[in-house]
Amino acid sequence: MSAGVDLSQFFETFFDEADELLADMEQLLLVLDIDNPDIDQLNAIFRAAHSIKGGAGTFGCFGHLAETTHLLENLLDFIRKGEMPLRKDMIDLFLETKDVLTEQVAAYRNSEEPDVAAYERICAQLRELALEQAGGAQAAARPAQQAGPAAPQAEPAAQRAQPSSPQGEDAVRQAEPAVPQDVQAPGGELPLRLRVTSVSAKDADALAAEMALLGDILHQEKTADSLAVWMRTTASSDDLVAVCCFIVDAGQVDIAHEAVPQQARHASTAVAAAPAPSGQATGSASAAAASAAAASAAAASGSPSQPRAEPSPSQPAGGRNAVSNSANEKGKPAATGAGSGSSSSTIRVGVEKVDQIINLVGELVITQAMLVQTASTLDPVLHDRLLNGIEQLDRNARDLQEAVMSIRMMPMDYVFSRFPRVVRESAAKMGKQIKLTTYGQATELDKSLIERIIDPLTHLVRNSIDHGIETPEARRAAGKSPEGNLVLSAQHHGGQIVIEVSDDGAGLNRERIYRKALSQGMAVTENTPDEELWQLIFAPGFSTAEKVTDISGRGVGMDVVRRNIQGMGGHIQLSSRAGQGTTTRIVLPLTLAILDGMSVRVGEETFILPLSHVTESMQPSADQVRRISETEYVLHVRGEYLPIVALHNIFAVEGAVTDITRAIAVVLQAEDVRFALLVDHLIGQHQVVVKNLESNYRKIPGVSAATILGDGSVALIVDVFALMRVTRDKAMI
Amino acid sequence: MLNKSASHAEQADTTGQEFLVFTLAAQEYGIDILKVQEIRGYDSQSVTRIANVPPFVKGVTNLRGIIVPIVDMRIKFNLENVEYNHQTVVVILNLQSRVVGVVVDGVSDVLMLQQSQISAAPQFGTAFSTEYLTGIGTLGERMLILVDIEKLMTSEEMALVENAVA
Repeated sequence: MSAGVDLSQFFETFFDEADELLADMEQLLLVLDIDNPDIDQLNAIFRAAHSIKGGAGTFGCFGHLAETTHLLENLLDFIRKGEMPLRKDMIDLFLETKDVLTEQVAAYRNSEEPDVAAYERICAQLRELALEQAGGAQAAARPAQQAGPAAPQAEPAAQRAQPSSPQGEDAVRQAEPAVPQDVQAPGGELPLRLRVTSVSAKDADALAAEMALLGDILHQEKTADSLAVWMRTTASSDDLVAVCCFIVDAGQVDIAHEAVPQQARHASTAVAAAPAPSGQATGSASAAAASAAAASAAAASGSPSQPRAEPSPSQPAGGRNAVSNSANEKGKPAATGAGSGSSSSTIRVGVEKVDQIINLVGELVITQAMLVQTASTLDPVLHDRLLNGIEQLDRNARDLQEAVMSIRMMPMDYVFSRFPRVVRESAAKMGKQIKLTTYGQATELDKSLIERIIDPLTHLVRNSIDHGIETPEARRAAGKSPEGNLVLSAQHHGGQIVIEVSDDGAGLNRERIYRKALSQGMAVTENTPDEELWQLIFAPGFSTAEKVTDISGRGVGMDVVRRNIQGMGGHIQLSSRAGQGTTTRIVLPLTLAILDGMSVRVGEETFILPLSHVTESMQPSADQVRRISETEYVLHVRGEYLPIVALHNIFAVEGAVTDITRAIAVVLQAEDVRFALLVDHLIGQHQVVVKNLESNYRKIPGVSAATILGDGSVALIVDVFALMRVTRDKAMI
Repeated sequence: MLNKSASHAEQADTTGQEFLVFTLAAQEYGIDILKVQEIRGYDSQSVTRIANVPPFVKGVTNLRGIIVPIVDMRIKFNLENVEYNHQTVVVILNLQSRVVGVVVDGVSDVLMLQQSQISAAPQFGTAFSTEYLTGIGTLGERMLILVDIEKLMTSEEMALVENAVA
């Protein structure tokens, strides 16, 4: 089929799509209501499996993937048709299958062979489940067969079939399955019936010709816009669909094992009332249902016609083999809906391309700032039009920058969507009942940040499940509902995003943290306020978990979480009340690419302070400055003594103002530490484009990044946390 | 005729290599031209000083939106007469996807050297440690010291690359 075409160029797209489909599948599996599954969701899960199988089959070199999805698809097909009741252990198995599939995709992506052991294990499990179903189906088919007029099993089946019956005579012509001619024939020997709808006469001829190449055509029927072919072939129904797909959509094709309707035309005169179940219905229409419908219809009309009422026991098997590229009503709109929903409204673009655009726009903004600076010296009367133009440019550049930055923004849903699974599994492992609620999934955050927030957030969620929320018994004893609540939320707050993880568990145990802190030699007393005590759990090696579990308690957690968050330019806070729960709050900047900065001058040099850390600035008066040692001073501000750090000392700037009372003190806050930074002048506040220093150089102590100023020169952005550490180290000495 | 034979020779001898020739204190050095991105005049105004770094790191500059470190070879190799005049240039190098600027006394030439014109690196001291030299090029009366600029700039002693500075 693909002779001469290099399919490998499409692999990447297929892998991306497969990953997305698998993610969708997992989400759908998790929200599925086991007792009353939503048919749309089941269909969507089925379609995801089917699409992956189709893709894997097309390329022909992802055998494991195709086989695994095939087995999964079969099972899903039974479930969505209600032939197999959904159970919780099935969901577990499907989730596991999804994991195996994800690994397989990853392996194929890296041009490796997937893990055969995992593949065989999961396939065996899936087959076992399928066998279980096969046994059940035959058992179900037997009563239907003996059902007679008032068989309860036949009733619902008949109802299901009825909607298509009003078409009367016309329908009967298509109602071949209800008229099994060769009742003795075992299902395996029934010829394959392929029906293509909404097809032009020309295409129908082409299809018929194609089919003739694949097997022996026994019979074919053509109407104005449809084609039905009965054939004997060794080709699988998948292959047939694949061939048809060169001419028509898969959705138009319906394949089933069916007897050739030699007497179909006679049948139309025989029983006009015969309903036409599977002609129209889902391509895989259960033959059991069809015959049961026929049986009850026959019973109702009072003309028991033996051959029809006696379904072949083997037919259910034939029905199950049917390929459900659901031909008509049900399948098609749903399939196109899913397709157009995700593909037509988005474009897949490489991150490098986006970053390049962002860089270019950054350049534009700098150039524009340069123009503004130059133009400000011009006479506004003489250069009226130029200045207007520059103003316009200013606005456009700003809008453009905002629009471009928004490309990198991704909804928090990307992160939150993985937690239902984490919670479900961890809770099951811990024997706890936990309800997860998420708010603000649509809140957007820069892509680079969103990827880095996953690990810390997962850690916090696991902590809540492990230590926060109690066991159902403990909760009942405490007078709470046995089901614990875990809430994840995200919201914008100013130029920052606030992400909260809160539970209604037992809260932090003050006594235990206190004792642990004492045993580790930390400076705590009975009177240390809660807030300060809670901060201790962020210290390296601090864990109060009574036992190390699979999920948490090794004490390497919270300090790593805090370090990660700080690395992203954010901070983390914790509040807790005994018996009522714990809330962890992460505050992050929206993006790392742009920063609100305050530019300050020291000597001849310009530095940028991140505005989010600046609380106030002042010119210190002599009585506010207290000297505590040869080189150390503190600033007395409203009852608080702040250590003074001179920027010119840290960066060895010459020609700076050294007299404290003539300099400007900028009060900075990093976490819970506040200190005063001495600079010569404040220049102004503006947004700066953050430029990485490490890409061509290396990390500079005390500097977090650099930016380019309006005049084209480079200014360094001060790393407030590093300065904080400097002051802290000083305090320790 | 002459041109023609020259171009023939060029085609025949594929081992020929082009070098950018720059000067440091009257000595000529050659570096692989393929590592050179561009050559710019030195403008001390546009270089932002960085605190607490070795003195040969002049600072960082903005090269069309990219922040590029500027290294003065003359300071690094303790040459006398480090002065910045209209001949002082910055050679912008592109090494392993990094961009670095190198200040030299001047750029004089781009020369094609055949393998036969390159002899082994001398064991005597030059400004560069011999481990960064690839050989000596001779072209009539001129002698070029050929430098493996990539190895030099990513070396530990230049302290330009993070992992080299443990």
